[in-house]
Amino acid sequence: MGLKRIAVGFAALAALTLSWAGGAGAESEEDMQFFPVNAYWTGPYAAGGSAFGGGLIDYMKMLNARDGGINGVKLFWEKCETQYQNDRIIECYERMKHRGAGMPLFHPMSTGGTYAVFERAWKDKIPVLTIGYGRTDASDGSIFPYLFPMLTNYWSQNTAKIRFIGSRVGGMENLSGLKLANIYHDSAYGKETIPVLNRQAEIYGFEVRHFPVAHPGLDQKAIWLQIGRQYKPDWVILRGWGVMNPTAIKEAQRVGFPSDHLVGVWWSGAEEDTIPAGSAAEGYIAAGFHASGTDFDVIQDILKYVYDEGEGELPRERVGSIYYNRAIVWAIVSTEALRKAMDMFGDRPVIGTEVQQALEVLSLDPAGIEKLGATGLVPPFAITCDDHEGGASVLFMQWTDGKWNQISDWIETDQDLVRPMVEASAAAYAAEKGVTPRDCASGG
Amino acid sequence: MLYRESGQYKSSYAADQAIFPIRQDRWGVIAALLAIMFIVPLVASEYLLHSVLIPFLILSVAAMGLNILLGYCGQISLGTAGFMAVGAFAAYKFATGMSYLPTPVVFVLAGLVAAAVGVFFGLPSLRIKGFYLAVTTLGAHFFIEWVITHFGWFTNYSASGVISAPKIFLFGMPIESAESRYMFTLAIVIILALLMKNLVRSAIGRAWMAVRDMDVAAEVIGINLLRTKLIAFAVSSFYCGIAGAMYVFLYLGTVEPQGFDINRAFQVLFMVIIGGLGSVLGSFLGAAFIVMLPILITNVASIFGSAIPTHVLSNAELIVFGALIIFFLIVEPAGLARLWQIGKEKLRMWPFPY
Repeated sequence: MGLKRIAVGFAALAALTLSWAGGAGAESEEDMQFFPVNAYWTGPYAAGGSAFGGGLIDYMKMLNARDGGINGVKLFWEKCETQYQNDRIIECYERMKHRGAGMPLFHPMSTGGTYAVFERAWKDKIPVLTIGYGRTDASDGSIFPYLFPMLTNYWSQNTAKIRFIGSRVGGMENLSGLKLANIYHDSAYGKETIPVLNRQAEIYGFEVRHFPVAHPGLDQKAIWLQIGRQYKPDWVILRGWGVMNPTAIKEAQRVGFPSDHLVGVWWSGAEEDTIPAGSAAEGYIAAGFHASGTDFDVIQDILKYVYDEGEGELPRERVGSIYYNRAIVWAIVSTEALRKAMDMFGDRPVIGTEVQQALEVLSLDPAGIEKLGATGLVPPFAITCDDHEGGASVLFMQWTDGKWNQISDWIETDQDLVRPMVEASAAAYAAEKGVTPRDCASGG
Repeated sequence: MLYRESGQYKSSYAADQAIFPIRQDRWGVIAALLAIMFIVPLVASEYLLHSVLIPFLILSVAAMGLNILLGYCGQISLGTAGFMAVGAFAAYKFATGMSYLPTPVVFVLAGLVAAAVGVFFGLPSLRIKGFYLAVTTLGAHFFIEWVITHFGWFTNYSASGVISAPKIFLFGMPIESAESRYMFTLAIVIILALLMKNLVRSAIGRAWMAVRDMDVAAEVIGINLLRTKLIAFAVSSFYCGIAGAMYVFLYLGTVEPQGFDINRAFQVLFMVIIGGLGSVLGSFLGAAFIVMLPILITNVASIFGSAIPTHVLSNAELIVFGALIIFFLIVEPAGLARLWQIGKEKLRMWPFPY
C-alpha cells in the first residue's frame, strides 16, 4: 500500500503550496491600510491571546463599519497564530512584513517576543508597540527610536503598586519593616521588575524576596508552603501570566494567605484569572491601566456595529472583560497613531517610518478621549521623542461579588525613581550595542 | 529506467567506500547542493529564507546531534534542549567576553563547551540504561536551565535574562542579510553533515552501532563501553551546542533560557523518530517535517482565512499536525528516511517490479 497514495498526497500538498505562493501576490490591497494581528488562540496563554486578537479585529471592524476606516482609508488585517512562542512571533512578523503597503506597526503581544523582534523591526523601520508590557528601558526614546512601551511600563506600574500598598498600610513611612514576596513567572516578563523592587526596598526599608515560578506555572505548592509557613510576608505581589494566576490564587487560599493582601500585576488581573480560582479569588486585588465593563460609548459602538450584525470575533459575553478592553485600548492607541500619521502624510496607507514620527507626537488629552467615546477606559498620555512611555497612571481593582470593582483612584507613577533607572539601563544597552543616542532636543 | 546502476563498476576501494556509490545519486546530490547553495538564495523571499529555511537547517543540526546519540548509539536523551542552551550561552559569553574571536571559532568553542557538559552528564550512562537514562538526561536539562536562569553571569547580568547576540562577522564581512545568514548556516550544516556521515561509517560509528544493538556483545568483542558512550555523548552535545549557538546568532538574534525549554527537546526527539533513527538523511527529513509542516498548514489554512473562525483554525493546525505524525508512524514506523529508501528500491525495479 501506501507509497503511491503517499506520493499523491505529497503532490497535492505541493500543489497547495504553489497555489498559496501564487495567491499571496495576486491580491491587491494597495489602497487599504494593513494591520497585523498576531495573537495566540492556542496554548496555555490562549485566555488572554484570543481576547487580544478578537478585540483588535472587532475595533477595526467597527471603524470600517461606522467611519469607513480611518480618515476614509479602510482597514484590513491578517491573523497570525504565535502560540506565545518567540520563534513563531518572528515567523509572523516576517510573514506579514510586506502585506499591503507594508506593515505600519507591530504588536508582539509578548515580552519575550518584544526582545526577539525589536532589533529586527528597528532595522526594517517598523515601530513596535508594547502597550503595558515589553522592554522597560525602551521608554528612553532617544536610544530606542522604534520601540514604544506605551502608557505605563512595568517599572512605573511597580512604583504605583508600592504606593498603593503604602496607602493601604496608612502611608509610605509604614512600609518600613514590612515583608513583601514577589512571585514571578520565570521569564523575561516576570524578571523585568526585580531591579526596581530591590531599589524600592532600599528606599522604603521593606524586605522583598523573589520567588520564580517555572512556565507554565501549574506547580507552585513548594513556593507557597515556603511563603505560608516560613517567610510569612505581609503582602504578596503576583507577577503571573496565564494559568499561573488562578493556581497562585488557589494556593494562597490553601496556605491561608489573605486574598486581599495578594496584589496582582495587570497581567494577573482578569476574569480569566479569577473565575477559575472560584471563591479563593474573592477579595483579590490587581492593577490595571484601563477599566473593565461595557459602559463606554466605544464598546457600545462595537456591540452595535459588530456584534448586532453577527460579525463579532468572540462570544458576546466576553466583550467588556479586562483582556477584551485591553485589546480595545491597544486598538485605540494604534489606530490613533495611524490617524495621526495620515494627518501628517496624507490620507493613504501609511508605512512604518511615518507611523514612528506620528507616535512621537501622539497624545490623548481628556477631550480627545471623550471624542473617542473612551472616557475612563483609556488614561490620558503624551508620547515624545524622549519619552516613549507617555506617563499614564495606574488604578487598582478588587474582585468582589464576581466582578472587578475599582478600589483606587488613578495612582500616579514615580517617575523620579523610574526615569533615571530607565536612562541608566538604556545607556548600558547603547554602550553594549554601539548605539548613538538621538538628540531629541533638536527634533530628532 | 533512469535510476539504474548497471554498468557502474567499482575498481578501487575508494569507489567502493564513496558516500554515494551510485552515479545518479552522486550527481543528484551535487545538483541539489548547488541548487540550494546558489539558486535558493536568489529566488527565495526573505520570509522563506529567514523564517523557514534557516530554522529548518539549524534544527536539523540538533536532530543530527540527537541521532548520533539515540539513533546510532542507542542512548535515550531528553537533554537536547539543555545542551543547545549550553552552546547558545557559551557562544554568547565567548562572543561578548572575547570579541576578537571570529564567529566560526566561537561556534566551535561553544560546541566544545557543550561537549564537555554532555560528557559529564553522560557519565551515568554506563550504569543507567533505557528509560532511566532518559530520566537522568531530563534532570540534566532542568539543571542546566536552572543554572542559566539563576546565575546572572551567564546572561551578563541582564535584568530580564534575555541575551542578544552581538553582530557577527566572517572575514570582516558583516553577516546581516537573510541571504548571507542562510549561506553561513548552510555552510556549517554541510560541514557537520559530512562529518557525521563519515563518523558513522568509521570505527567509532561501528562501535556505536554495536553498543546500540547489544552492549554486552559489544563489550565481549572488545569495545570499551564507557569510552564509546562518552564519545557519543560528546559528539552529540557538540552538534547540539553548535545548533544552539546558531539558533541565537543566526536565527532569533535574542534568546531567553525559556527558548530552550523541554518542548524544544521533545521537538528534536520527534524529528529524529519521524525522520528515521540512525540516518543522516532522516535528521533532515524529520526537521523539515516538524519545522515546515506547521508553517505550511497555517499558510494553507489562511487561504480560507475568513471562512473559518480563528480559534478553529489555530487548533486545526495542531490537530492536522498530530494526525500526520500518527499517519506517518503507522505507514512507516522506521521513519521518513526508510520511506525514501523504499522509494529508491522501487525505482530501481521500475517499470518491472517483482
